[in-house]
Amino acid sequence: MDVIYKIMDTLLPFEIFRFTFMKNALLAILLLTPLLALLGTMAVNKRMAFFSDALGHSALFGLGLGVLLGISNVTVILVSFGILWAMLITRINRAGGASADTTISVFSSTGIALGLLILSGNGRFSKYSAILVGDVLAVTQGDILWLALSLVIGVILWAVLYNKLLLTAVNPQLAQSRGIRTNPVEYAFVILVAVAVMLSIRWVGVLLINALLILPAAAARNIARNARQHAVYSVLFSVFSGVCGLCISVPLSSSVGAAVVLCAACIYAVTLLLSRILRIRLQA
Amino acid sequence: MPKNNLFAPGAYDPTHRHHDHAHHHHSHCGLCRIELENISVTSGGETLLQDVYMHIHCGQLTALVGPNGAGKTTLIRALLSQIPYSGAIHHIDDRERPLRTVRTGYVPQQLPFDKQMPVTVTDFIAASLTNRPVWTGIGRKTRQQVQEALALAQAEKLANRQLGQLSGGELQRVLLAMALTPTPDLLILDEPVSGVDQNGLMLFLDTVEQLKHSRHMAILLVSHDWSLVSRYADQMVLLNKSILCAGTPETVFACETFREAFPASAKEGK
Repeated sequence: MDVIYKIMDTLLPFEIFRFTFMKNALLAILLLTPLLALLGTMAVNKRMAFFSDALGHSALFGLGLGVLLGISNVTVILVSFGILWAMLITRINRAGGASADTTISVFSSTGIALGLLILSGNGRFSKYSAILVGDVLAVTQGDILWLALSLVIGVILWAVLYNKLLLTAVNPQLAQSRGIRTNPVEYAFVILVAVAVMLSIRWVGVLLINALLILPAAAARNIARNARQHAVYSVLFSVFSGVCGLCISVPLSSSVGAAVVLCAACIYAVTLLLSRILRIRLQA
Repeated sequence: MPKNNLFAPGAYDPTHRHHDHAHHHHSHCGLCRIELENISVTSGGETLLQDVYMHIHCGQLTALVGPNGAGKTTLIRALLSQIPYSGAIHHIDDRERPLRTVRTGYVPQQLPFDKQMPVTVTDFIAASLTNRPVWTGIGRKTRQQVQEALALAQAEKLANRQLGQLSGGELQRVLLAMALTPTPDLLILDEPVSGVDQNGLMLFLDTVEQLKHSRHMAILLVSHDWSLVSRYADQMVLLNKSILCAGTPETVFACETFREAFPASAKEGK
């Protein structure tokens, strides 16, 4: 780690990065944004923005369960709960019945309510409210190693899954006819999203995690013409928003997550405008 | 119409169906016909197919027709081994020996998907040909393969278009190009009519007909367009849970069971 800090000192001779917690925060952002951005491209294509929103909100319930069960390792409880919850939503959606957005909304509000009920028992909610907005400035060296590991594993899994998911997203029957087992592939995707979201949520916060997953990918989609551009733009926008947000919010002593998301939102607005202009020019 | 005897005794050359083609990367003997024997499918206590017995021959286009809910899609899913069924599906080669595996190309019914997806035709086909994730880019070799696939369906010009912006007919060609790569023994066209204009459809089926001759493929076409069926089909099968009538299109159009199943169209027809 010391080597990395030294390199950062050389590359970033700025006042605000003098402190170790700022270096850690920057590293955390550089590690968690690319995976979320990559996964986001497919979440947007598959119209899963609601799903990941519900998943993020359910972290409150996961945290509550952890408290009830007396599990002190927050990451373990969040990740395992996130996987179960994501699979449950997917399973119930598959079974049909109500339309997907209704089912997901039910899950989302149930998750929040259960979480609040448990966590606010004895009026202690203030103890846990940090999870709502997250705190990337509290990242430790150990957390960074975990984030680095999850980025590597996540990107590898994403590389293995992507082509199969793309075919499935366009036409599941076609995908099946080409030997793709669409069910395991789709479950693997929601699990991967669940893990990425839950690993990031302590730093970004329940309220904003979905924005970080969806916004960069949505902005990239406005101007991308093929799958590669979609992925590249999404990662660039995400990392850029992350670094910008950090640099803007810390001097203001404000929420890093909020600043990051606002940066991403600005990029979205600009790309939307760009896409309109491009389209008009193409038509003319 | 020549049937099973198109294969000369010299046909053990595993690539004999591909004389005119530069690629010989798969080496199995030629499929001659597919025999479905007593195929039954039940789901949730409901019988979807009962004792279906039919043959699909290479070098022929077999039209599968039947009213809605007759089990056409179920039959296709059984052929693709996507659902459990009772009975047997035999693949027989030109020496009357069973074949373990056959390649099936499938052109699905067009389902709605997100039209704004930034995915080009090349991305989409490449995703079906390689394991390299297409978001990392597409290699030159794969790009070449995609071009060759598109050429088979006369769709080379569509390579860089976005998938969601294609017309129904154009998407049909892209799906055909995919189904033809790698070269299948059996090609299944699941109601390719919907959303495609008559001209586009004729063009599409003309391409399919050429392939039927040049590649000697077995083709199964699900369609409700009687004029198309009578123009392109060599064989026709009327399905409603089980096979009600089979033979040349003329035979089936004349069947009592066909007139009962499609009273209006039978009157229009003959």
